[in-house]
Amino acid sequence: MPAPDVADAQLEVTKFIVDNFLFGNAAEAPAPATSFMETGLIDSTGVLELVSFVEEKYGFKVADDELVPENLDSVANLAAFVVKKAGK
Amino acid sequence: MAAFSKDVLVIDLEAEAQRIAGEIRRIVAHECKRRGLVVALSGGIDSSCVAGLAVKALGPSKVFGVHMPERDSSGETLRLSQSVSTTLGFESTVEILTPILEGFGCYQRRDEAIRMVFPAFGPGWKSKIVLPGLEGGAVNVYSLVVQTPEGTIHKERLPLKAYLQIVAATNFKQRTRKTLEYFHADRLNYAVTGTPNRLESDQGFFVKGGDGLADVKPIAHLYKTQVYAMAKHLGIPADICGRAPTTDTYSLAQGQDEFYFSLPYAQMDLALWARNHGVSPVEAAPVIGITADQVERVYKDIDQKRVTTRYLGLKAQLCGAVPEITG
Repeated sequence: MPAPDVADAQLEVTKFIVDNFLFGNAAEAPAPATSFMETGLIDSTGVLELVSFVEEKYGFKVADDELVPENLDSVANLAAFVVKKAGK
Repeated sequence: MAAFSKDVLVIDLEAEAQRIAGEIRRIVAHECKRRGLVVALSGGIDSSCVAGLAVKALGPSKVFGVHMPERDSSGETLRLSQSVSTTLGFESTVEILTPILEGFGCYQRRDEAIRMVFPAFGPGWKSKIVLPGLEGGAVNVYSLVVQTPEGTIHKERLPLKAYLQIVAATNFKQRTRKTLEYFHADRLNYAVTGTPNRLESDQGFFVKGGDGLADVKPIAHLYKTQVYAMAKHLGIPADICGRAPTTDTYSLAQGQDEFYFSLPYAQMDLALWARNHGVSPVEAAPVIGITADQVERVYKDIDQKRVTTRYLGLKAQLCGAVPEITG
């Protein structure tokens, strides 16, 4: 699979969140910089779901030390992390 | 406001015990219209303290205890819990949960989930799940720790499916206990106590429909430090008052602080009090005994757990108003 660019990854992550956490209600989709944890949109179980999603979708493994808010706690952070990981 | 110190958790124990006892009498008689209280005794500090308060409120003849050990309970559990009913002088019964839990497939479903991560897991192995604690900036994601029959420890991060199934399977334990508590309550026309303390109640450290389900929760407003002090004041046996809190749910010994809270209870109590009273991390840090940055992390963790566990405390939500019964 070709490495995704940031815009594609943001779209994919947002679509996953809208489909799975918001039952398709795109009007409630989080802005790219919105913190999942601080807004309560996604809890630690939700983070695991996101990790499983990007691992399956992009074919890499997220290491334990990569489970930090800087990589996971917003659409923008997660998309940037995906691009960095998938590009390796 | 007085400066923040460890003394903020000191209360007049006898006055508070009298006040709680009055509340218990009012709630059981007038809200629940029942004739006594059932207390599930785990041998831990919380249920022992609740038993002491129930006896103070209603007298030993109106309190019924249930001891419910199962395969993974510590060998000490039953002796300790029976020492409470014996010391306080109320009637109790032992319900061994293991065959009921086997019937639900509790152990088998949990072990099946563990084998998703450690395929060799089987008889003679032990397990528990743990959180990362305060180290680094990690997101709260559980890891599974197993011990082989030879004593070797392995640790792996839990993938979603395995994590959910392990928690779902172990929740059979708390829900089965509550089912048996209500059996005894219904047959005696008693109400059921819940034993969460303030830390557990506030931070969602209970199973919905399990230990979170009750008619009255006598210590849900007391910090754990206060529960220890209250238990001692009520004459709970010393070996219970001196015991560190455990979950007594997983086969490997597991402290509550590694399972759920970021700090041991005495520090966690102070952090929660400080958070509730607007104490800055810089002021709180020396009293709690951690750095201001760590206090900041604990505060965030407290806020986050409140948001993410709100569901646990919610009553069933209605999709239309029924003012005749909901007010």
